[in-house]
Amino acid sequence: MKWRGIVLLAVIALITVACGTGADSGDDGGATLPTEIGEGEGQVNIVAWAGYIEEGAVDPNYDWVTQFETDTGCQVNVKTAGTSDEMVALMTGSSEFDLVTASGDASNRLISGGTVQEINTDLIEGWSTVDERLQNAPWHTVGGKHYGVPYQWGANVLMYNTEVFGATPPDSWSVVFAEQTLPDGETNKGRVQAYDGPIYVADAALFMGVQNPYALNDDQYKAALDLLREQRKLVGRYWHDAFIQIDDFTNEGVAASSSWPFQVNILQAGGAPIASVVPKEGATGWADTTMMHSKAPHPNCAYEWLNHSISAKLQGDLASWFGSVPAVPSSCQGNDLLTAEGCTINGLENFDKIKFWQTPTEDCSGAGGTCVPYYRWVTDYLAVIGGR
Amino acid sequence: MAVTASSPTSALGRLSAFLYRHRALRLLLMLGLPLLWLVGLYGGSLLSLLVQSFFRLDSFSGTIDRTPTLTTWRDLFTSANMTVAGRTVTMAAAVTLFSIVLAFPLAYYITRYASRRVKALMVLGVLLPLWSSYLVRVYSWKLILAAEGIINWFLTRLGLDGALDAILRLPLVGGPSLSVSYLGQFIVFVYIWLPFMVLPIQTALERVPRSYLEASADLGARPGTTFRRVIWPLAIPGVAAGSIFTFSLTLGDYIIPTVIGDSSPFIGLVIYSQQGVAGNLPLAAAFAFVPIAIMAGYLTLARRLGAFEAL
Repeated sequence: MKWRGIVLLAVIALITVACGTGADSGDDGGATLPTEIGEGEGQVNIVAWAGYIEEGAVDPNYDWVTQFETDTGCQVNVKTAGTSDEMVALMTGSSEFDLVTASGDASNRLISGGTVQEINTDLIEGWSTVDERLQNAPWHTVGGKHYGVPYQWGANVLMYNTEVFGATPPDSWSVVFAEQTLPDGETNKGRVQAYDGPIYVADAALFMGVQNPYALNDDQYKAALDLLREQRKLVGRYWHDAFIQIDDFTNEGVAASSSWPFQVNILQAGGAPIASVVPKEGATGWADTTMMHSKAPHPNCAYEWLNHSISAKLQGDLASWFGSVPAVPSSCQGNDLLTAEGCTINGLENFDKIKFWQTPTEDCSGAGGTCVPYYRWVTDYLAVIGGR
Repeated sequence: MAVTASSPTSALGRLSAFLYRHRALRLLLMLGLPLLWLVGLYGGSLLSLLVQSFFRLDSFSGTIDRTPTLTTWRDLFTSANMTVAGRTVTMAAAVTLFSIVLAFPLAYYITRYASRRVKALMVLGVLLPLWSSYLVRVYSWKLILAAEGIINWFLTRLGLDGALDAILRLPLVGGPSLSVSYLGQFIVFVYIWLPFMVLPIQTALERVPRSYLEASADLGARPGTTFRRVIWPLAIPGVAAGSIFTFSLTLGDYIIPTVIGDSSPFIGLVIYSQQGVAGNLPLAAAFAFVPIAIMAGYLTLARRLGAFEAL
């Protein structure tokens, strides 16, 4: 009896010590920048938003992977994630993934955590074709070093059911924040949705008219949370997965919600009575950058993909598919799928109106004063969803 | 010439004799691998998760600060988290009770009244859903329960959609549609875990001798009394065993609350969110203690009721 106890304790102690000093993430090892792209390793693993990397499975016209795989011999494996937090968790939790299409509220966290490595832009052939407003954007360029290649950008639009709104389409986020009777005569209670990522607190702040919705002082933050608690009574379900939201609009009679142009496109392609708008208060948005893990297992294939990601055809096709705006402005012309007006429809002119996702920090992103940091957004927003 | 039992000369024979004489070594070889699996892989990984609860998450960079601290435990005991625990336990209890109500008559029929062939078919029928993917079943239920789904359509055809609306307007369990309500979640939970309740009850009922029931009737007991005094006490171990399944599985589930319901967090969902969404592994680990503590209490209770005798 005594032996059993001793052996058990020894095993427990051994395991605790082993994982207490276990493998740490983040140690860069002082890697120097590669100066050329070597032999492909045969595959590349990418964490991406749903719809960002298509190989013709959903619609054979939208395939920018198969040709790449044939040309470079790098098999593309995609892991989709629903929120930026998931992406950060996936990248910091393992070194299995080479690339991630990170939005601004994930990218700085990845950079400061040492999870992504600096990119040698000399190895990116099309770097000069990237939109100049994005080339040195603060969410991927830190201390003059580039940590990724811009991919796409777009807005979180207000998606609504045209049969509910009829001749009076919505022009304000109030349809999802304030209880009201919609043009079809029924209340909006239970018929709206909201994003279940904590970054949505910024959307509430935006609706309240805050200038920088990612730098909130305590009063603004508290007001935003109160607004979200009121919204909780209206929301049927918080959306996390693009396809579940599509199903909800089709089968649950949801009237309006914040969404991505991706869902709008798919619903419209299926003939559903759906339209979208950027309301008068403006919108939050995302400018995504493809970043490379600091311990990427397939760096050469990763660089091949980075080059491919800003090729004109891919940028145009993806913009048409997702409803986003390409990071390479010249790809707006000459793409049959996108058409000449595609970029304008997707919001090319809205760049200055969009408040791009970024991680709220305690120092108000360097603007001075004290702001509420992101980890509090997470805890409080989860509590709001839970009804508190 | 008498054949004496001499030492075997073949290698295998010698090995067998050696092991026979060295009991400790024999046990080690037999139990070594399973114990390694249980203690090392299973217990060890669980322990390495729970140890994380004594660390802390660095707020900006999202990395874990590995100096032992109790701040994460302090963050655990908030009213929001206690609400989550309460909500999950209530749902688990409701699912368990209703599963017992549904499963008992079914198990009783299978045991007592079904002929051999019908019995085999019925047991097969109960087990059949388990052969298909869990996710497929949950997503199918989402479509069935939807506002445009088949239940609504069917009830409208029968003119009963007023009744459905009245049910959906109930304060706590209702919602905009069945798929966005606690009621819908409840239905899906019961459906998914019902096989795990039917089978233990059926096993327990099989062990009730028919002669007991006849003796009870001979002594003048009405069927209700026979049930209360004879059948139910003998079936309790099976019911307790089945309830362990339904209770613990509902307690930890995080997929059904994601797909069905109004996004109100359950324990499994909070752990998943804190780990996956927030990268807050310490808080997720601390939260993992909650279902462990609840189940420890529940198992002690079940043991008192004799659930483990049926094993």
